Amino acid sequence: MSDTLDVAPARAGAAAARPLRVALVGNPNSGKTAMFNALTGSRQKVANYAGVTVERKEGQLVAASGRTVVVLDLPGTYSLRARSPDEVVTRDAVLGRLAGETPPDVVICVADATNLRLVLRLALELKAVGRPCVLALNMIDIAQRQGLEIDTDRLSRELSMPVVGTVATRRRGVETLVAEVEAQAAEAAGAGAGPSAWREPSATEIRALHREAERILKAAVRPPKRPDTWTGRLDGVLLHPVAGVLILLAVLFLMFQAVFTGAKPIMDLITAGFDQLSLIVGHLLPDGMLKSLICDGVIAGVGSVVVFLPQIMILFLFIILLEDVGYMARAAFLLDRIMGGAGLHGRAFIPLLSSFACAIPGIMATRVIDNRRDRLTTILVAPLMTCSARIPVYTLIISAFIPQRTVWGVLSLQGLVFFGLYAAGLVSALLVAWVVRKIFWRGAAEPFLMELPTYKVPDPMNVARNVLQRGQIFLQRAGTIILSMMILIWFLSTVPGKPAGAVGPAINYSLAGMIGHAIEPVLAPVGFSWQMSVALIPGMAAREVAVGALATVYSVAGEGGGEAVLGSSLAAHWSLASALAFLAWYVFAPQCASTLGVVKRETNSWRWPIIMFAYMTALAYAAAFVTYHVALALGGG
Amino acid sequence: MRRLADIDPPHETALEPLASLADGRRGFSGVIAELQDRPAAGGLAAGELERRLLEMGFVEGARVEILHEGFIGRDPICVRLDDMRVALRRRDARGVLVRPDPVRPGPAR
Ligand SMILES: Nc1nc2c(ncn2[C@@H]2O[C@H](COP(=O)(O)OP(=O)(O)O)[C@@H](O)[C@H]2O)c(=O)[nH]1
Repeated sequence: MSDTLDVAPARAGAAAARPLRVALVGNPNSGKTAMFNALTGSRQKVANYAGVTVERKEGQLVAASGRTVVVLDLPGTYSLRARSPDEVVTRDAVLGRLAGETPPDVVICVADATNLRLVLRLALELKAVGRPCVLALNMIDIAQRQGLEIDTDRLSRELSMPVVGTVATRRRGVETLVAEVEAQAAEAAGAGAGPSAWREPSATEIRALHREAERILKAAVRPPKRPDTWTGRLDGVLLHPVAGVLILLAVLFLMFQAVFTGAKPIMDLITAGFDQLSLIVGHLLPDGMLKSLICDGVIAGVGSVVVFLPQIMILFLFIILLEDVGYMARAAFLLDRIMGGAGLHGRAFIPLLSSFACAIPGIMATRVIDNRRDRLTTILVAPLMTCSARIPVYTLIISAFIPQRTVWGVLSLQGLVFFGLYAAGLVSALLVAWVVRKIFWRGAAEPFLMELPTYKVPDPMNVARNVLQRGQIFLQRAGTIILSMMILIWFLSTVPGKPAGAVGPAINYSLAGMIGHAIEPVLAPVGFSWQMSVALIPGMAAREVAVGALATVYSVAGEGGGEAVLGSSLAAHWSLASALAFLAWYVFAPQCASTLGVVKRETNSWRWPIIMFAYMTALAYAAAFVTYHVALALGGG
Repeated sequence: MRRLADIDPPHETALEPLASLADGRRGFSGVIAELQDRPAAGGLAAGELERRLLEMGFVEGARVEILHEGFIGRDPICVRLDDMRVALRRRDARGVLVRPDPVRPGPAR
């Protein structure tokens, strides 16, 4: 660090001590995420921008020169003219207008070398901002394979910025890129990047930029000798009105079957592991409160959540693969009309599909929808999509109450019920969206304009890294929120202890018992016992907590711990009608405080989370009520 | 540069009337002749749809071809736009006026 102000460019030594700040800008699908990973490796920090919930990804690297470089990944965009909150962040960060953000010293514009037209216009826009820029000509491997000839010197001269060919997924060209960034920073040092004179371009100006981009493209790039023909051929099938839809349904169905049956062996292994651990620890500890806390509270609680990690990883494997292959945009194309019919934007498919994993990233992904109303509708229905936190609850109840039978020769009945629950969430989300549009607003929807990227063979390392990252995020939640909830539940259901000479299980006398008994009258008409009511309270923290809660409630109540026992324990205590009502409840209930919190942050008002809580609770109660009474009438008592 | 063939034969110089991309069927192709701001209904600021289309590459002189249609009501459409592929709804494509390629007998390109 320097103790003098570095006012003159001559004091390069002082400037070098300060970390260099770099921002990544680029079109969607240009490989920006891969580039960010290539640059920063695992030294990444994911947070949110102050005041808004756009994900802020920052990472660090040390350049060959020894200088620290801080890389900021910005949301993908086609233009600096911001139309969604994401793009506002990109624009303001580049312009240095973002409160609490140091403006970047250098902007790296990530370009897909095989698809330069639009990014050249973006690069021209960036150049007009006046900050030093470097163009990363990414996917240069694909360009070479296609025999695409790019005159990088010419490109560099025309754009008056350095151009570096890169393969982000293989880290090729990354060192050169960093060196160019440093050179640009050194050149600009002392020039004093003042406030930028950028303003929104008019339609005429965009046309002019287009012409300029077109001219540069003609001058510097010769069309590929072996253009990609796969994309056209695959689209012929995958976007076919009949075949394409069937394939889409098959892909989705395969995903659910894989999640449900594919993860089984690993899950059994994890269950056995935690049982063993509980046993070993139980032998080491003396009887009493501590042993109970560790075995029944901590180990059983964490175990019953960790066990679902395989399913979550498989689900994310599918989502990330579909995204990286380029199929996600096709699915959005195929589903646009259905989504549009429900008053949703075609792009809403992506947040909603993410909501299958978790409503929180899903709700955050609604920022890709420009129009506020379309966004709010999507946010309101996103928690109806079956998130992975419901999987533990569904799995538990289904395996305890639905016989393991095969129907129509190949399909497992359990898998079918599971699929039915997913479908119920999806259909109700579409219905609610339709109603929201009718009640809250009637207006024109946002335009639906989406680039369909070329198909790519996904990079296994890239996929593995992203899947692991998701798993890690889930585990962190499991490790923090859920563990503390487990201990709280253990506490609630153990304290105060059973008075001497009292009859019945100890939990009857605990705090949890009291709460459960208190809300039981409200839930009795839908067939919920007080134990079920107890499970709903901690289930507010996160849906999967309900499983741990049931485990704690029932293991404290009698038969001893263990995930395996829980199912049969439930089967003994609940009627089939109650179990089905519980499932129906979980399709709709807003059993997730984090979701409500994120909605509050995204919409910046308590109005929407309150509306969400009210309508979801009402739906859950109605669905459970109907399910319970229909099941009773059919003899499921 | 004008080639000899461009100059004379009347069947080549007779221009096809402009057609909106929104009305094209699968296989429809041509060159964008004009881009108008024609939002389907209110909700968007004036000129907004035009600028979005421009930013996506729908600009005068660009080649378009409808590659695919949605399975319900042939909507949305997937178009080849120069060398990229873009999906959009027909109602948003209303303002994209295309000079259709002359339909010529013989092998398609
Ligand atoms: N062959 C090749 N594939 C790449 C390269 N960079 C990214 N990809 C792939 O392109 C796809 C999109 O990349 P991603 O980083 O998610 O793009 P983003 O949307 O800009 O963040 C992924 O499947 C990547 O594995 C590259 O340089 N070469």
